[in-house]
Amino acid sequence: MSMTRPRPRLDDLTRPFWTGGAKGLLLIQHCPSCDGWTHPPLPLCRHCGREDHGFAAVPGTGTVDSFTVNHQPWLPGMEVPFIIARVAIDGAPGVYLTTNIVGCEEADLAAGDRVRVTFEEQGDIHFPLFEKAK
Amino acid sequence: MTMAGVEAFITGAGQSEVGIRLSRHPLLLTVDAIREAVRDAGLTLDQIDGVFTYPGKMDTPPGFSPVSSIDVIETLGIKARWHYGGGEQPAQLSAIAAAAMAVRSGVCRHAICFRTVYEAAALSRPAEFPQPRGGEVGGALQWLLPFGALSAACWTAIPAARHVQRFGMTREHLAAIAINASRNALLNPQASAITREELTLDRYMAARLIATPFGLYDCDRFTDGSTAFIVSAGDALDEISATPIRIAAMSGSVERYSWDQAEWPAAYAAGPELWQHTDYRTGDVDLVQLYDGFSFLPITWLEGLGFCAKGEGHYFVEGGQRIARDGELPMNTAGGQLGAGRLHGFGFVHESVIQLRGRAGARQVGGKPRLAVATSGGGPMAAALLLARD
Ligand SMILES: [Zn+2]
Repeated sequence: MSMTRPRPRLDDLTRPFWTGGAKGLLLIQHCPSCDGWTHPPLPLCRHCGREDHGFAAVPGTGTVDSFTVNHQPWLPGMEVPFIIARVAIDGAPGVYLTTNIVGCEEADLAAGDRVRVTFEEQGDIHFPLFEKAK
Repeated sequence: MTMAGVEAFITGAGQSEVGIRLSRHPLLLTVDAIREAVRDAGLTLDQIDGVFTYPGKMDTPPGFSPVSSIDVIETLGIKARWHYGGGEQPAQLSAIAAAAMAVRSGVCRHAICFRTVYEAAALSRPAEFPQPRGGEVGGALQWLLPFGALSAACWTAIPAARHVQRFGMTREHLAAIAINASRNALLNPQASAITREELTLDRYMAARLIATPFGLYDCDRFTDGSTAFIVSAGDALDEISATPIRIAAMSGSVERYSWDQAEWPAAYAAGPELWQHTDYRTGDVDLVQLYDGFSFLPITWLEGLGFCAKGEGHYFVEGGQRIARDGELPMNTAGGQLGAGRLHGFGFVHESVIQLRGRAGARQVGGKPRLAVATSGGGPMAAALLLARD
C-alpha cells in the first residue's frame, strides 16, 4: 500500500492486539476458564461470559481462507495493487483476521496457503501483516 | 401458515426523479416520492400516521442519508403516532419491516417508508457536503480500514473470491448478472441517467479491476433519488384505491455481526428464515429482486433463499437465460442497482410492486406474476421480503 495506514483508536480492550507486535507477539483475547478465543475483543468472554479474561500469544501462523487483489486506489497516494486476505489464525479456533499478504505476487498465492505474521510499525501501532511461510 | 390477526400491505409506491448529480434538494426529492406514493394508494397526507426510514439522517458519508423521519414529519405536517429511522436494523428493507410491525400491532394504520440517497450530488458539491477528515478509526472498521480494505467492495470481494477458489465461479458468471441488469435497465425510463447502452461481455472484461474478482461493472454507482412506500394495515384496505401487495413474510436474521468473522454472509441466515413464516416455497416465486450493490450478492441470495444449493449460485445465473425477463426466474427486472443506480434496497421493492401489479410496461414479465422476493444487504446485513398479490 505504501501509505500511512488508518490508525485504530486504542483503548483498554484493543491495545494488546494493536501493540503486541512491539514484543513480536500476536495477542488475541483468551479465556483461561473455557479456553475460548474472542475477537474482536470484548469486556467478557463471548463463549462463557467470564469477565477475568486476558490476552494470550498465538503462534503467529495461519492459513489463507480467501483473498482479493485490490486494484482501486481508494485514497491519494495509495499504491496498488496489493493483497487483502482473510486469514484463519492457528491456535485460536474461529478467529480470522483481515490483513495484507506482503512480499508475494498475486500469482504465487492461493487459498489454503500457509502464512506467518510480520509486523509493520507505525508509531506505537504494530499492524499484523502476513507473508508466505517458508 | 396463515398469520393470525392483521396483515401488512404495501398500498402505495412512489419514486422521485433519479439521476446523477441532481440539483433538486434531497428533501424535495423525498417529498416528490412520498406524494406519489400517497396519491398511488388513494390516500391523503392527513391519513398518514407513521414515518419509517433507513438508516436515519447521517452527515457521513456525504449524501448517504440526507433526510430524516423528523424532516418528513415537519415538512409535510404528518401527525405521526410512531416514527423510526436507524441503522441498527437488519439492512435497508428493515425500515419496511418495521412499518409492517407497526401496522400489524395497531400502532399505525398507514405508514410512510422512504429511502433517499444523494451521494452523486454530494460528491460534486464538497463545500456543501464536506468529506469527513481522517481521524482514528474505532469500532468495527478498525479491523478493516488499516489494511486498505476501505470499501465494501473489498469486504465483499473476499467471500466472492472464495466462491472463485472453492466453487469454480468465474468472472463470466458475474458478468451474466451485470449484463442482465443493463438489458433490463434499458427498458426502465428511471434508469436512463445510469445505463445508456447494453453492457457486452467484451466491455465488462475490458473494464478496470476494482478488487478481484470485481471490476468496474460489478459495482453499483452513486445515484441521487428517493423511493417511498405506504405500508397499510389489513383492516384499513377499504381506504385504499390501488392494488394492495401483501407482505407475506419477512426476515432479517444475522448470526454473527461482522464482515470477517462470520463464515457466511447474513443472506445465508435470512434466506432460510423467510420460509419459516409462510407456506409458500421457492417454486411458487414468479420473480426476484435481489440486492446487487455488487454482482456477487445476488448469488448469495439465490443460495441463501434456497433457489439452488450453497456453492451453485453462479451456475444458476450462467449464460443469463434463467434470470432473464422471459426466463424461469426473472431477476432484477428494473436493472437492479448495477443498471438503475444505488437506490439502496428500496428500488427492489418498488419494482416488485410494479411487476406484481402488472404495470411494468415494456419490461413487464409475462404470466401475471403473483409472488416476488425482494432483498437487501450484504456481509452481516440482510433483509428479505416476500410480496404477494392475492
Ligand atoms: Zn470463556
